[in-house]
Amino acid sequence: MADNQMTLTFLAISENQAFARVAAAAFASQLDPTVAELTEIKTAVSEAVTNAIIHGYEGSEGDCFVTMNCSLLNRHIYIEIKDSGKGIPDIEQALEPLYTSKPEEERSGMGFTVMTEFMDDLQVESSPEGTIIKMSKKIL
Amino acid sequence: MDIQFIERNGNLVAKIRGEIDHHTADKIRKSLEAKFAESTAKNIIFDFAHVGFMDSSGIGMVIGRYKELQKTGGRVFAINIGPEISRIFDISGLRKIIPCFAGIDEIESGV
Ligand SMILES: Nc1ncnc2c1ncn2[C@@H]1O[C@H](COP(=O)(O)OP(=O)(O)O)[C@@H](O)[C@H]1O
Ligand SMILES: [Mg+2]
Repeated sequence: MADNQMTLTFLAISENQAFARVAAAAFASQLDPTVAELTEIKTAVSEAVTNAIIHGYEGSEGDCFVTMNCSLLNRHIYIEIKDSGKGIPDIEQALEPLYTSKPEEERSGMGFTVMTEFMDDLQVESSPEGTIIKMSKKIL
Repeated sequence: MDIQFIERNGNLVAKIRGEIDHHTADKIRKSLEAKFAESTAKNIIFDFAHVGFMDSSGIGMVIGRYKELQKTGGRVFAINIGPEISRIFDISGLRKIIPCFAGIDEIESGV
């Protein structure tokens, strides 16, 4: 059982990138993180949510949703970000620094590198039905 | 997000106020491209003094301008990188590509 938990589901539009990262940071504040730790959590969430919106739901029609689940346990924050988009065909390649499937759109290909650097642990589960990013971080 | 421009000694200074993510990076790119095209500036200086957040979309946007200006021999600089965005400059390798300075005066005296 987690010490605390929250789940948010929101429309997959870029306006919600800021909403999601601020919500995750506000939730993490219960552990009294440093400003640097909060910045790291915000940035990692921003990367995962952006990816869900621009890659996962690329070309999708109708309302698409992203779900973010955050839980706290023993001074760790666990964050899951889930989309029901097209999935990642080659996860190993996607995780490589500088790899992007959209170089023409000025993507840097550094999103997964940022998540890996800023969080303690990153797991990617993906299929043609969607993607779940699981990240965790110990708040010292 | 709000962006203010100053043209000075061949440099177009873009003072960005707010957060840089995919949503705002696109807006910054568009207004910067338009402003640069109508200016006589050769280089772009990003002033990050009032940027409290930046993710990898910001990196892509800055590198995009770097590549664009390479075609005309122009350069891209960054000034006033605060603690909130300092680490992303490091881990992304952006600091190796884009010369970073404390302020405009350092660039103008050095160039
Ligand atoms: N949720 C997702 N759904 C589908 N593809 C994804 C998802 N997240 C990431 N990807 C793929 O992984 C690649 C690398 O992601 P990232 O490191 O964030 O770089 P960028 O977003 O700049 O392309 C993306 O270009 C995309 O092809
Ligand atoms: Mg990304």
